[in-house]
Amino acid sequence: MEAGTLAANGERSLADRVRDTARRRPALVAVAILASIVLAMIVAKGLHDVAQTGLTGLSLGAIYALGAVGLTLVYGILKLVNFAQGDFLTFGAYMAYIVNVTWGMPLVLGIFFAMLMTALLGVFFEKVMWGPMRARGAGLLQLLLMSIGLAFLIRAVIQYVWSTELRFLDVNVIETVEVFGLRIGRTELIVLIVGIVVIAGIGLMLRFTLLGKRMRALSDNLELAETSGIDTSRVILYTWLFAGALAGLAGVMAAATTELRPEFGFELLLPIFAAVILGGIGDAFGALVGGLVLGLIIEWSTLFIEARWKVTIGFVALIVVLIVRPQGIFGRAKAT
Amino acid sequence: MDALPLAITFDFLTSVNFWTSVGVLAATYALVALGLQLNVGFTGIVNFGAAGFMAVGAYTMAILTIDTDISFWFSLPLSILVTMAFGLIVGLPSLRLRTDYLAIATIAFAEIIRLIAQNARELTGGNQGLFCSDDQSKCFDDSWLNVSDTIQGWLHSLGWSDPEILFPLLLVAWALVLIVTFALLFVQRSPWGRVLRAVREDEDAARALGKNAVAYKLQSLVISAAIAAIAGWILALNLATVHPIDFEPLVTFFAYGVLVLGGLASYWGVLVGSVVFWTLLEATRFIDIFEDQSDQTALRLAIVGLVLILLMAFRPQGIFGKREEMVLGD
Repeated sequence: MEAGTLAANGERSLADRVRDTARRRPALVAVAILASIVLAMIVAKGLHDVAQTGLTGLSLGAIYALGAVGLTLVYGILKLVNFAQGDFLTFGAYMAYIVNVTWGMPLVLGIFFAMLMTALLGVFFEKVMWGPMRARGAGLLQLLLMSIGLAFLIRAVIQYVWSTELRFLDVNVIETVEVFGLRIGRTELIVLIVGIVVIAGIGLMLRFTLLGKRMRALSDNLELAETSGIDTSRVILYTWLFAGALAGLAGVMAAATTELRPEFGFELLLPIFAAVILGGIGDAFGALVGGLVLGLIIEWSTLFIEARWKVTIGFVALIVVLIVRPQGIFGRAKAT
Repeated sequence: MDALPLAITFDFLTSVNFWTSVGVLAATYALVALGLQLNVGFTGIVNFGAAGFMAVGAYTMAILTIDTDISFWFSLPLSILVTMAFGLIVGLPSLRLRTDYLAIATIAFAEIIRLIAQNARELTGGNQGLFCSDDQSKCFDDSWLNVSDTIQGWLHSLGWSDPEILFPLLLVAWALVLIVTFALLFVQRSPWGRVLRAVREDEDAARALGKNAVAYKLQSLVISAAIAAIAGWILALNLATVHPIDFEPLVTFFAYGVLVLGGLASYWGVLVGSVVFWTLLEATRFIDIFEDQSDQTALRLAIVGLVLILLMAFRPQGIFGKREEMVLGD
C-alpha cells in the first residue's frame, strides 16, 4: 500500500517536472515539438523533399517576419492593432515600383526609397491621427476601426493612381541557385538572407542600445516610462520610423517574389498577425521566429495536401496558436 | 471635353432603379449590422466574422436546393441551423480571448470559410460560383423567382406598369429587417437582454452574480450568426449567384461602417446608418469623372475609409448611439 502511494507520488512528480519545464521553457518545448514533426516528415517524405519545401517556406516566412516586426513594435509599444500594416507594405512596394520601373533605376535604390517613404508615412499618420487620438484616451476598438479606415484609404489612393493592373518589379525571377542540392530562386534567397539579417539587427538593437531599452520601457508601461524621464514622443517617433521602414522593405520583398496589386498587402495581413502572435506581441526576435515557423508550416503542408489549401493551413495555425498559446511561444502568461 | 470636370447630375436621386438597388443593399447590410449590434453594442464582443456566417448561410441554402431534394423553403431554416452550428464552432474556442485576439480569430475563421468555399470545388463550385445544377434543370433561386413573379403581378394590378425587377426582393428584405429588429428589441428588454448588458459593462460582476458570462456571449454570437445567414440569402438572391468573392473580409468591414455610422447600442440607428451608407456608396456610380470601374471602387473604399476614420475621431457614438453605452472606449 505504502509502496503504491510512493510510486504514484514518484510518477506524479515526474509528470510535474515535465510540466514544470514546459511552463518555464516554452521555447524548448516548441523546438522539441518542431524537431519531432520534422523527423516524422523526413521518415515519411524523404529528406530532400522536406528540406526543399522547408527552404521555400523559410523564404516565404522571411517576408511574413519582416512585415511582423513593424506590427509587433507598434502593437507592443502603442497598444495599437494596426490593420493598415498590410497596406503600408503595398505602399512600400509601389514606391519601389516608381524608382525601379517608372524611373528605370536599380532596385536597391528603390528599396531605400520605399523604406524612407513608408517610414515618413508612418510618422505622418502618428502626427495627424494616432498621437492626437491617444491624447484623447481613445479605446482599443476605436483605434482598430480607425486603422481599418486608414487601410481602405491607402488602398484607395494606390488603386486610383496605379489601377488594379498586375505589375512587376524589374527583378530576375528565372535564375535559381543550388545549395546542397536544393534549388531556390536567386531573389527568394536574397529575401531570406536580408530578412534574417535585418530582423536580427533590429532585435540586437532593441536588446542592447539605449533606444531599445527605452522602447521596451514604453512597451511595459507608457506612463511610467514618461514619469521616469524618458522622452516618450521621441521614442514613439523612432518606433514609427522603424515600423514604417521595415514595412516598406517587407512590401518590396513580397512584390519582388510575387507581383504588385493594390490588395496584395492586405492579403498578407492575417499571416503577419499570425507571425506576431506566434512570436509574442512586442518581441522582434519572436516575430522573426513566428514568421519563419509560419512559412515552414505553410510550405510543409504542401507535402501532404494539395497546394491550393496552404493559405487555409496558415489561418488554421493562427487560430490554433490563439487558442492554445495566445501569449506566443516565448511570451509570459502575463501578456494575455 | 467638358469645361466643368465635376459633371455630376443628380437625376439619379429620383430614379426608382437607384433607390431599389440602394434599398436591397441597405437591407442586406442592415441585417448583418443588426447582428453585430447585438454582439458589439450590447454584449461587448468584437465579432469580425460576419462575412463567414453569411457565406455559410448562402452556401448551405444553395447547396441544399441544387444538390438535394430539399426544397428552397425548407433549406432556409436548415441553413440557419447550420450557420448557428458554425457560430458555436467559432465561439466555443475564441470567446474566452481578449478583444484584439477575438477580432483576429474571428476574421481568420471567416477567411477559412471563404477559402473552403473557394477550394472545395465539388461542393461549392469553387471560383465558378454556385447557381444552377450541372444539367441546368434547377437553380437555387427558382422558387424565389416564382414568388417574385407573383409579387410583380400584384404590383402590376396596383397600377405600376413596369415594376423594377428587384422590387419584390426589396419588400421581402425590408420585411425581414423589421422582423429581426423587433425581435431584437423584444429580447433586449427581457431579463436575458439585461444580463447581456451586464456582461458588457462588467463581466466579473455578472459572473459574481452567478451568470455564466461565456454562455451568454456564445448565445449572442450564435444569434448574430443566424441573422448573418439571412443576410447571406438576400445577398445571394440579389446577385443570383453564390460566389466566394462576395464574402471577403471587406463585407464585414463595410458592415462595421454601417454599425458605427448608425451608432452603437441602437438598433434603429443601424437601419438609418445602412440607408445613408449605401446611398453614399451607390451614388458614386453616377460620378462620371472617372475613366474605369476600378476608379469607382477606389472611390468607394476611400469613402468608407474616411467615414470610419472621421466617425472614430469625432463622433465615435455614431448618429444615434449613446455615449454612455459606448464600448469603444474600453
